[in-house]
This record gives sequence, structure tokens and C-alpha cells, in this order.
Amino acid sequence: MTAVYKHRLFWPIVSLITLIAINAIARPQFIKITMRDGELYGPLISILRESAPLMLVALGMTIVIATRGIDLSVGATMAVSGAVALTIIDGSGDPGNLGTVLTACVVALLVSLVLGAWNGFLVSVVGIQPIIATLVLMLAGRGVALLITGGFITTVNSEPFAFIASGYLVALPFAFLIGVVAIVVMSLVERRTALGVLTEAVGINPEASRLAGVRSRSIIWGAYMVSGVLAGVAGLIYASNIRAADANAAGVFIELYAILAVVLGGTSLNGGKFSIAGTVVGVLIIQTLESSILFLGVSSAQSPVFFGFVVALVVVVQSPRMREGLAALSGRMRSRGPGARNDDKVEVA
Amino acid sequence: MDEVRPLLELTGATVRFGADAALDRVDFRLYPGEVHSLMGENGAGKSTLIKAITGALAMDEGELRLAGERVSFATPHEAQASGISTVYQEIELLPNLSVAENVFLGREPRRGGVVSRRLMRERAAAVLEDLGLTLDPASLLGTHSVAVQQLVAIARAISADVRVLVLDEPTSSLDLDEVAELFRVIRELKARGVAILFVSHFLDQVYELADRITVLRDGELVGEYLTGELLRIDLVQKMLGREIGEVRARGRVSEDDAEDGSAAVLRARGVSVAHGVAGADVDLAEGEVLGVAGLLGSGRTSLAHALTGVAHLESGVIRIESTDARLDSPRHAISLGVVYSSENRRRDGIVAELSVVDNITLALQSERGVFRRIPPARRRELAASWVDALDIRPPDLDRPVGTLSGGNQQKVLLARLLALSPRVLVLDEPTRGIDVGAKVEIQNLVSELADNGMSVVFISAELEEVLRVGDRVAVMRDGRIVETVAAADLTTDSLLALVAQPGEGED
Ligand SMILES: Nc1ncnc2c1ncn2[C@@H]1O[C@H](COP(=O)(O)OP(=O)(O)OP(=O)(O)O)[C@@H](O)[C@H]1O
Ligand SMILES: [Mg+2]
Repeated sequence: MTAVYKHRLFWPIVSLITLIAINAIARPQFIKITMRDGELYGPLISILRESAPLMLVALGMTIVIATRGIDLSVGATMAVSGAVALTIIDGSGDPGNLGTVLTACVVALLVSLVLGAWNGFLVSVVGIQPIIATLVLMLAGRGVALLITGGFITTVNSEPFAFIASGYLVALPFAFLIGVVAIVVMSLVERRTALGVLTEAVGINPEASRLAGVRSRSIIWGAYMVSGVLAGVAGLIYASNIRAADANAAGVFIELYAILAVVLGGTSLNGGKFSIAGTVVGVLIIQTLESSILFLGVSSAQSPVFFGFVVALVVVVQSPRMREGLAALSGRMRSRGPGARNDDKVEVA
Repeated sequence: MDEVRPLLELTGATVRFGADAALDRVDFRLYPGEVHSLMGENGAGKSTLIKAITGALAMDEGELRLAGERVSFATPHEAQASGISTVYQEIELLPNLSVAENVFLGREPRRGGVVSRRLMRERAAAVLEDLGLTLDPASLLGTHSVAVQQLVAIARAISADVRVLVLDEPTSSLDLDEVAELFRVIRELKARGVAILFVSHFLDQVYELADRITVLRDGELVGEYLTGELLRIDLVQKMLGREIGEVRARGRVSEDDAEDGSAAVLRARGVSVAHGVAGADVDLAEGEVLGVAGLLGSGRTSLAHALTGVAHLESGVIRIESTDARLDSPRHAISLGVVYSSENRRRDGIVAELSVVDNITLALQSERGVFRRIPPARRRELAASWVDALDIRPPDLDRPVGTLSGGNQQKVLLARLLALSPRVLVLDEPTRGIDVGAKVEIQNLVSELADNGMSVVFISAELEEVLRVGDRVAVMRDGRIVETVAAADLTTDSLLALVAQPGEGED
């Protein structure tokens, strides 16, 4: 019991389950999943599908934050990636051709990689503070995207491209599967190589890591490149969903939601220890919350306040102070005679 | 003493971390106008007791009385407000603020309600002067050496209105001169009736300064004694619960070997680093221990940085095993078998939130590369063998290193470097903050490594130690190696004379 209770993912998961439960009680069809033509449908499936862009961006953000950094440019990178892909598809004679679409996607991802590498260069080589370094691209990136599309919202009608966001594979949304692949690859890399622990070391104590011979510079640089590519993929999913490259709307505020997801998942903004599973749960909490706003019929004027209120609640419940307080409370229920120390904490809580 | 009441009295103090008690029903009292020393091995609970007094840690049980009244501080700030000034073992200052700001942080002198920077600088300069330290109070703290930072922390503590002064290993990085200045100030405060709690692993200092001694072992109180009635040998016995280890005799490298440059594993010529060392020559033979002695600011650490790729060389050449090496990073030096352990273990050494296993295997893993991960079972086995060999306590591989006591953190760092099986080990103050028992263990370890062919550069502010471990001693003054002498030809006094010789003597 205590072991489960103390696990760092305990509270995030409790929050997620509570959110789903509230929705289900309010309107039972929330948890209904139906099978049509071998494809799954239902509010929960939609959440999984719609969470894909945020999932990808937040995974990249997790790694960057672990190195003590932050990447504010992810939304702009999404816009550039979408713009590049759609401009190529639009410019080709044959938008429906699978080869064209694949080429467009690969080029878009390469451009995203370059953007990530630029951020990484500014942070790890030039030594600019991450928040400033990535702010440059955050502000300039959408301009670049507008340049690419020539100032228009490029729209295309391409079956293969639309598949990215709305297609299905083995009964599940393709976009969701992209997210799953990213999660699995990142978890495997973390487990099977030493990258996880070395990233944490660099994030916790960069100088000590350098003295121990860790390639801090490459690790930090790499983190921004990963973040760039993942944001690029998210940009493709976004563009595919609306079948257009909208440089002004793609990924707006997604950097903030991604940071929120990372924090909800228990990774500290101070860098160091990170949790991919935590970020996944964090993303699902945010996406479920967004859906519940629609689903429960919160008016659009009230929805930001509602969102903010719930997030505040979740964050407070997960705060160490509150947790200690709750732990002390449950400790007291189990055995009489709490220490003076626990008493104080309960009062604070 | 009976008619005088203790100024500070702690009874039944218990602090637990999880299941184990770091402090188990300990009583402690402190009289006005006395210096009271708290003694014990690394991890005995000295710092924990201090934190329990100052409110930095909450006690699970026990009570604290100040001048007879029951008090309980929720934060160190409250303790400070009641006249308890503390210098913690790990310097807790802000490197990116100026020296003066650090001295007065939280109680900046005001003039007409507005913080006066000029007043602050003047007063800071005065307090530092009192400690025998002249430096620009407007300079950034982070640009100064650990020793100076330690003195600034002390200046901060004594610049307040103090009734109780708590010093947790304040002298660990100081030279004899600074220690003398500090002791003079402590005696002055004592004469004014301040109660002083003094923690140090230097028995000489304790016997020089303390009126009474309280000994802790494994979080439990062993007893309280008058210094004059406790023989050193008994004190050590009470601290360790056993006799201290034998000092190992070294099979010294013969002098011809050491002098003969051809056998050198590491050879440096005319090495200079900006604001650090100038034109240093070093020859290090296989299996030799080169002690480095010098005063604060004499360039000891810069020399170590120059030899290990940490600092950028302005000029000079380094040759490792007959190939010239332009060391451009610690990583490069490590790949050539030259490793460095920093004097600042918290800032440049441990990765506090990572476990003992992760810390011990960190350098080895980075040397192998990201994609050749050491299998978990092998990592644990490796870490466990070092924990065992260096007697790291508690022997818990998964504990975050930051929660170990200072001495044990140092051992973890040594283990990290030794796991690389280096050819040249450059140790900057490796026994700083380490208890008497463990100190002998580490000195013996160094000797043993050297006997097995490892070459060691051993930097220490403690001259006895440099002489005991070193085959030869490089004496540094003002960024230069002024002389390199066989240890056998030196005594502590003659070495002190060499080290402290005033600069004019050279002209
Ligand atoms: N935050 C913490 N979490 C868990 N254990 C801790 C923590 N802080 C200290 N300890 C444990 O408490 C014990 C006492 O530590 P303490 O730092 O008081 O020792 P010390 O006597 O000051 O040693 P040293 O001479 O090395 O400074 C040690 O076993 C240490 O590992
Ligand atoms: Mg201590």
C-alpha cells in the first residue's frame, strides 16, 4: 500500500482517473467505445487521437527540461514543418501520390531537425540561456513559415496526407500510433542506452558531469534536436488534420501546454530526474480536460477559467507539501502518536 | 559550572530519515562563554544535530531550550533572529551575488529605509578585515576560492548579533594562517560570552580551542567530556568504537627514478594558466606520489586543472607516456588515463540527486559511450565492490549521494575515479572533511595505489599529510612551483617555512 502510494506517478494517475470518472458519471457515453468497420470510435478514442501532437511535443520537452533547458520554439517549429510539407505537396503536380507525400514529410522533418539543431547550438555551444535561445525561433519561426507559404494558408487535397491525422491502422487512429511509437522508442533508448542517466547527470550538475568526462554539450544539443523533430511530426499531424498549413494557428501555445504536461507528470523544471511515463499521463490529463470542457458543455467564455481552475487543483494536490500532509494524515490514522514534525505540515496543508 | 545555566539545551533529540535514525535521543548542552566541540565519524550525526538546533531539519522527538525557555525553530531564519548564527558544512551562499551582499543577505544595512550599498560594502570590508581577509567586497563571491567563500560564510555568521555561534567544519579548507585568525575571533567572541559549537575533524584544532567535547557515534550520544580530561587516543577510540587503523608504510620510489625524466608517466613543461599557475614544470614517475603544498591562492588547484584538461593552457606542454597531449577537456584527459578529483565536492563532484551506483559508474559509463551501456547487474556489482573497498556507509547503493555524510560523498567520488583504473590520479584536497579514521584509510589507499604503479598528485592544505603520503613535495608560491623536495628531507616545520616564505625572499 505505502509503496504504491509513494510512487511518483501515483497522483498523476489518480488525477487522470478522477477526471475520466467525473465525465463518465456526468454522461455515461463518455466511456463508451464502439467498433465500426473494424475501427474504434468513442470520446476516449478521440482523446487518444487528438492528444498526438501534444504528446510528441511534450516528449521532446521532457528531454530538454531534463537537461535544465526549455524549448519555447516548438509551436513555431510545428508551423514551419506544416508549411514546408504542404508547399511541397501543393507545388507538385500530383498531391495524391504517396511518394510525393513521403518526400514532403521527410523534407519537413529535416527542416525541423535543423531548427532543433539551431536551438541546441545556441544553448550548448554559444551558451545562451535556453529560454532566450528558443525565444528567438519562437518569434521568428512563424514568420519563416509565412515566407514559405507566401503569406497564404496553403490547403491541399491529398488522401495520403490526410491519412496521418484521420487514418486508422489495426483499429486504432494512425496519429495515436505515431505517438505510441515515439513513446516506445524514447523509453527503449532511455532503458537500453546510458542516455537517460547521463542526461539526468548533466541536468542535475553540469560541471560535475563535465569533470567526469560526460559529453554534456552533445547531450544538450541532441535534446533540442529530438525536440525539433518531434515538433516537426506534430506539425505534420496538425496540418494533416486541417488539411492546410496555417502558420498563424499551428501549435499556438502548445509550448505552454507541453511544459504543463511535463510538470504534471512529475518532472521538475529544475532539470535532472525525468519521467517519460509521467509526461504521457500529463498529456492525457490535459487532453481529457480539454475534451471534458466540450463534453460537459462548459461555455467557451468560461472554459479558460475552468481549465485553469482544474489545473491549479491538480498541481496543488500533487505538490510535495500537500503530499506530505496527506501522508502524515494517513500515518496518523494508522498509528497514534504522530511526530511534532508531521503536525506542523498538516496545519500548513 | 553548576551555578551557570546552559544557554542552549537539547534533550532527547531524535531525527529519522525513513526507518533509520540519524540522531537517536541525544542530549547536548552549550554554556555561554565556552567552545564546545562535537566529535564523531563521518555520518555520526553532527550536522544533523546542528540542523535540528537551527530548524533546518525538524526533530521527530526532543526539545530545545534557549536560555531556559522552550523554543522550536521552523526555519534557520527564526533561529538567526534568536541569536543563533550558523555556518553550515556545505557553504550555502549565492555565488552570483557580491561578497558584501552575501555577508548581509536578508539583513542589509539601511539608511533612511533604503538599502545602502556603500554602507554594506564598508561593513563587509570591516568584518572581513577582522578575519584577516582583504578583498573587494563588491567582487562576485563565485570568483573566489572555496577557502575565501568559507571565510565569507563565517563573516556572515559573526556580523550578526550572536549569542550562539555554530560552526560546522569551518576550517576544512583553510590554511594555518586563516585558522589562526579565525581562532582569534572565536576567542574574542567567547570572551564576550558567546556560546560556540565547533565541529572539526582536526584533533589539533579541537584540543587547541575546545573547553568541552561531546562525542556522537552512529547517531547516539557517547558522552560529554572536559577536553583537559580526555586523552586523544581515548577520544578517537570513543569516536570510532575501535582503534584507529595503522598508517601504512610506503615502499617509496627511489629518488633516482623520480628525478630521471625518462621514466615520467606525466611530464609538464612551462605550464601556465591565466590567473593561476605560471611556468610550472612537473615530472611524475610511475608509482610516485607527488605532494603539492602551498598557501591559499598559491596556485595548487590551478596546477591540478592544468594537468587534467579542466583549464585551458595558455602555454606549456604536457606529455603523457612519451606522447605530447594538448588536453582540451577533462574527457580527453580521462581517455589518456589522467583523472581529477575536485576540491569542491558538492559543486564539481557529486551529482546529488543520483544514486550511489549512478555516481560511481558515471565516469566509466561516459568513457564507454552512451550506446555501450554497462549492464545493470554489472553496474551494481562494480559499485558494491567499491562501496565495500572504501567502506562507504551506509552501504546502500540506491541512496541519493546528496544524503550521505560529507566524508562518504568524498569516498563515492574517489570510487568514481578509481573505477576508471587511471594511470595518473590528481587529488585536490581528497581528505577535506573526512574523519580521522577514514583519513588514514584514504592515505593508505593512496599509498597502496602508488605501490601498485599508479602515479598520484596529492594536494592538501595539511602539511603532515602531504609529507606522509608524498614521495616528493612540490612547494608552490604565487602561482609558481618554487621547489620540489624529497619528502624524506623535510619536516613539517621546514615545509611550513618553505611554503610561507614571503615573496620578497625571491628577489
Ligand atoms: N536528507 C537525508 N536523507 C537521508 N539520510 C540523511 C539525510 N541527511 C543525512 N542523512 C544521514 O544521516 C546520518 C548523519 O549524517 P550527518 O550529515 O549528520 O553526519 P556528520 O556527522 O555531519 O558527518 P560528516 O563528518 O561526514 O559531515 C548519515 O548516515 C546520513 O547518511
Ligand atoms: Mg557534517
